[in-house]
Formats: sequence, structure tokens, C-alpha cells
Amino acid sequence: MITVQGLTKRYAHTLAVDHISFEVQKGQIVGFLGPNGAGKTTTMRILTCFLPPSEGTATVAGFDVLDQPMEVKKRIGYLPETPPLYPEMEIGEYLTFVGKLKGMSGASLASRVEEVEERCAIADVRNKLIGKLSKGYRQRVGLAQAIIHNPEVLILDEPTAGLDPKQIIETRDLIRSLAPDHTILLSTHILPEVEQTCEQVLIINKGKLVATDSVHNLQNRARGAESVLLEVEGRNGAVDAQTIQHRLETVSGVSRVLFKETRSNRSVFEVESLKDRFIRGDLARAIVESGWNLNELRPSAVSLEEIFLQLTGGEKADEPAPAEAVVQGENQ
Amino acid sequence: MRNIWVICQKELHSYFVSPIAYVLLTMFSLIFGYVFWNEVRIFNLESLQAQMSGQAPPMNVNEMLIRPVLSNGLIGFIIVVLIVPLITMRLFAEEKRTGTIELLATSPIRDIEIILGKWLAALALYASLLFFTALNFGFLFKYGNPDWRPLAVGYLGLLLEGGALLAVGTFISALTRNQIIAAVGTIGVFLLLWILEWPSGYETATWAQVMAYCSVNKHYESFTKGVLDSKDAIYYISLIFLGLFLTSRSMESLRWRS
Ligand SMILES: Nc1ncnc2c1ncn2[C@@H]1O[C@H](COP(=O)(O)OP(=O)(O)OP(=O)(O)O)[C@@H](O)[C@H]1O
Ligand SMILES: [Mg+2]
Repeated sequence: MITVQGLTKRYAHTLAVDHISFEVQKGQIVGFLGPNGAGKTTTMRILTCFLPPSEGTATVAGFDVLDQPMEVKKRIGYLPETPPLYPEMEIGEYLTFVGKLKGMSGASLASRVEEVEERCAIADVRNKLIGKLSKGYRQRVGLAQAIIHNPEVLILDEPTAGLDPKQIIETRDLIRSLAPDHTILLSTHILPEVEQTCEQVLIINKGKLVATDSVHNLQNRARGAESVLLEVEGRNGAVDAQTIQHRLETVSGVSRVLFKETRSNRSVFEVESLKDRFIRGDLARAIVESGWNLNELRPSAVSLEEIFLQLTGGEKADEPAPAEAVVQGENQ
Repeated sequence: MRNIWVICQKELHSYFVSPIAYVLLTMFSLIFGYVFWNEVRIFNLESLQAQMSGQAPPMNVNEMLIRPVLSNGLIGFIIVVLIVPLITMRLFAEEKRTGTIELLATSPIRDIEIILGKWLAALALYASLLFFTALNFGFLFKYGNPDWRPLAVGYLGLLLEGGALLAVGTFISALTRNQIIAAVGTIGVFLLLWILEWPSGYETATWAQVMAYCSVNKHYESFTKGVLDSKDAIYYISLIFLGLFLTSRSMESLRWRS
């Protein structure tokens, strides 16, 4: 549905996108992941015919963005980084205007506007001036605007930015529900978002594509070995974390024990196994036999975050959004 | 065609939900009314004098009242440095600042449709300003019997001059993302276009004539006399085309450059 080949974009002094190539199949949700300034927005602007590429080609639904921009534009719904809103319009008016821009009219437009308002949870404020909406509501109107003409391809630049946790989940559900008959490319810096919403992920850094794979494969690639979180309670508070750690390290199949924290006489560890070894049973036995309490034992998922940081050079790319923490919490 | 109308409607909507349209309407109507009232007073005094001196020539309302009002320097000046820049400054600058230009530019609609829609909306607002000033003259038709044709030609001149300036203003608005800069730039350019004719007052050389020809206000004179001179109409119409063409070029280069 989307084919990009050797795409390059140069601004006056920066090489924003550097020969990237990828493909997005029909009906897929693809996450476009990268730190700030990686070139996500630039790539999306090229795909939506807002900017021309400096080199390379991009086709959407079989139409080249340079040669047949009108055909491309008809088939694309685009949510830019800042939602393109007119503060002096009411939501309903605005969506009607966008619908007309996209070539819709009459009763079908009117009913579609209502449908989209329902879907994006803005029906109750449809008569409000956009200028008076909160950031999250604006984002929803932005999303509503992108899907109003039921486009084949959706390009969403950080669709969940500025939403509250509940709304983030709803938006992800909305995006997923669009999936079967829409092809979706969404950009984000929030990793759980990709893990939860997307099937396929493109990781971009400094204008270069550093990985393209399915989310599942990427997770497995880093997993290989098992990683377990343990909380151990010493019986009379006299046992210190070090003793526990030494004991854990002697369990067969353990490659590494990381001490996390101690609260009163409870200590938390992260234990990694050697490749293809299953250690949970042995760990539990070792702890109980040593006379400690095993409060918690659970596998710690290898997050895309680690892969992402590996691929993009180790630095923490971005402050995690506060919402992210909450969402992760809800998943556990 | 339909797309032009969609854009035009949207622009008119934003003019009339914000105070700008009403402020302009009030301000311009007041000033125009004041100018008109003054000319009526002068006209009355003169006709009184003519009667007293026993000449009692047929006082011509067209010559002695309508024309002085239409060619009043202040009205022209206000249109050029205030009305038009205030109407056009937001047209593109605001869309660029708020990012809504991204919506327009990624919708299946051509640049020229966007430009024409915006220009027509600006022209409609400007025409509604003129309409309210025309009400003043309506009262002359109630009490007298002036010839309506020179008046219509005069208004046509105002409309053409406005249309041309609006096209240039639209272009300047497309060059920046800052409305204030768009307004100041427009005022500057218009003032230059206004004073371009000065040298022709004392110079007969060709360059002075050329400069005078380029001057916006010069071409309006014939309209105030009730004469529809094709040379002047062509000047304004070409300026409209030039302004709109430059706007479309600048929209294109916006994409290639940025
Ligand atoms: N209009 C522009 N003119 C010049 N340089 C630009 C322009 N827009 C973006 N850039 C540069 O291009 C690079 C890529 O920017 P881009 O906006 O595509 O990044 P991004 O991945 O969307 O980042 P973010 O996550 O912060 O949104 C950056 O170095 C940026 O400074
Ligand atoms: Mg971006």
C-alpha cells in the first residue's frame, strides 16, 4: 500500500531523511518509531505530498507522490503533528468543512460527521468552539478530521500525544478497529504504544532506518534468555540482600542477578537465565529451602525499549510520558 | 469551482466571526460618512452662494458632490494603507502559523483553488465595505436626480483597485507566517505603489511616466470622472493576475524550499 524507496530529504543544512526504503502492506498497522528529530514527521510529510522528496520515490496506493499527488491525497487521511484546527469553528462545522475539502457533500457527509464524532468521543462537545477545547479534545478532533472521508491509508503523526491514559487506550482501540480495511502508519516515541497497537515496526534514527521487523520478532530477538523478577522476604529481617543475591547466583542456569531495591526486609532482584534455560522452578526452590519467603516471581518482559535504545545508540531518547507509566501499570 | 466556494465560505466565516469585519465596517462607514457629510455641506453652501449672486446655474450633483467624495484623497489612502492590508494579512500567514496549511495542502484540492477562494472572500468583504458607503449616495437619489452611471463607474474603479491590491496583499501574506509582518510589508509596498507617480509631476522623462503608470492610484482617477478607460481597467486586471500568480508560485516554492 505504501512503498518507499531510497527516500531522501535535505533541508538547507540538515539531512533529515537519509535513503530509507520500506513497504507497508494493505491492512497493516505500522509503528514509526524514533527519537526527536529522527525524521518521522518529514517522512510523513513526503508521503502526504506536503513536501517533495529530494531523492527517491514514494508511492501510496500505487500512485507516486510527485507524479499523481491528487490521487494520493484523495486516498490519505493525515493527522499532522499539530492538529490542523481552526479555533473559530465549532467541531461539527469544522468536520463538515474538512469533509467538503475531501470531496464529500450533502446527507452522506452529514451522517458521516455524526458517525465520526461518535467514534472519536467528541459528540457531546460538537457545538463547542475548537479554540475552547482542551489539548486532548483537540487531538481527538484532529483524529476525527483524518478519518472523515474513510481513507484507505491513514498517516498519523503522534496520534496519542497529549491524551489522558483512558483516552490513549480508547484511541489505540479506535486505531486498531480501523485496521482491517485501512492501512495505518503511525509515529510515536512511546514504546508501549508500538507494542500494543502495531504489528510491524520501523525504527528510524538520525534519518536512517535502523530496523524493520514485526513487533513479535523484535521482542524475540532480544529475549532468547529468560528474565525473572523476584521479591524475597527474609524471615526475621536479619538476612541481608547480599546473602540472597549470592544464593541466587549459585542456582544453575542463572547468568546474572541484578539487585533492584530493598524495602524493610524485602528485596527485589532481576534474574536472567542463560540461553534456553528455565530457571523459575529452581529459583523458587532455592529461596524456600534457604528459609526465606518468596513474595513474588514473575517474568519480566523484554520491552522494545531496550531494543530501541540499543539500536538508536544507547541514550535515552526521550522523557517517558507520564501517561506511559500508567498504561504500563495497567498492563501488568 | 466547488472547492473555491468551500474555501471562500470558510474564509468569510472567519472574517465574520472575528471582530475584524465589524471593526472595518464601522470604521470605514464612519469615515466615509463624515467625508460625505462634509462634501454635502460644501455643496449646499456653494449652491446657496450661487443663488445669492443671482447666477443660479444648474448645480451638477455628479460634478460637484459625487466626484469630490469618490476622489477624496483620504478615502483612497485609508483603503490602501489600512483596509486592504488588514483584510489580507491573515489569509495565508495565519494558516502557516497554526499549521492548518498542512490540511489544505494535503487535501485533494489545487493550490489555485485555495488562492482564488481566499482572494474572493477578501474581495467580498471589501465589496461589503463599499456597499455600506454606497448607502450614502442612495440618499442623493431620494432627493435629487443624479446620473447613476458615473457613480457606478466610480465604484467599479474602487472595486478594481481593491481587487488588485487584495491580490498583492494575498501574495505578501503567503510569504510569512507572521500576520504583523504581512500587514507591515503590505502597507510598505502599497505606499511605494502610491507615491510612484510623484516624479511625473515635475518630470516628463520616460522613466517618470513608467513609474506613474505603475502607480495604483493614478489609474483610479479616470473612474472618478465617470470614464471607463480600458487602459486603467487593464492595469488593475493585470495586477490581479500578477498578484494571484505570484501567490501560487510562492505556495509552490514553500514546498520546495522549506
Ligand atoms: N522546515 C524545516 N527546515 C529545516 N530543517 C527541518 C525542517 N523540519 C525539520 N527539520 C529538521 O529535520 C530533522 C528531522 O525532523 P522531523 O521533524 O522529521 O523529526 P521527527 O522525527 O518528527 O521528530 P519529533 O519526534 O521531535 O517530532 C530535524 O533535524 C529537524 O531539525
Ligand atoms: Mg515529528
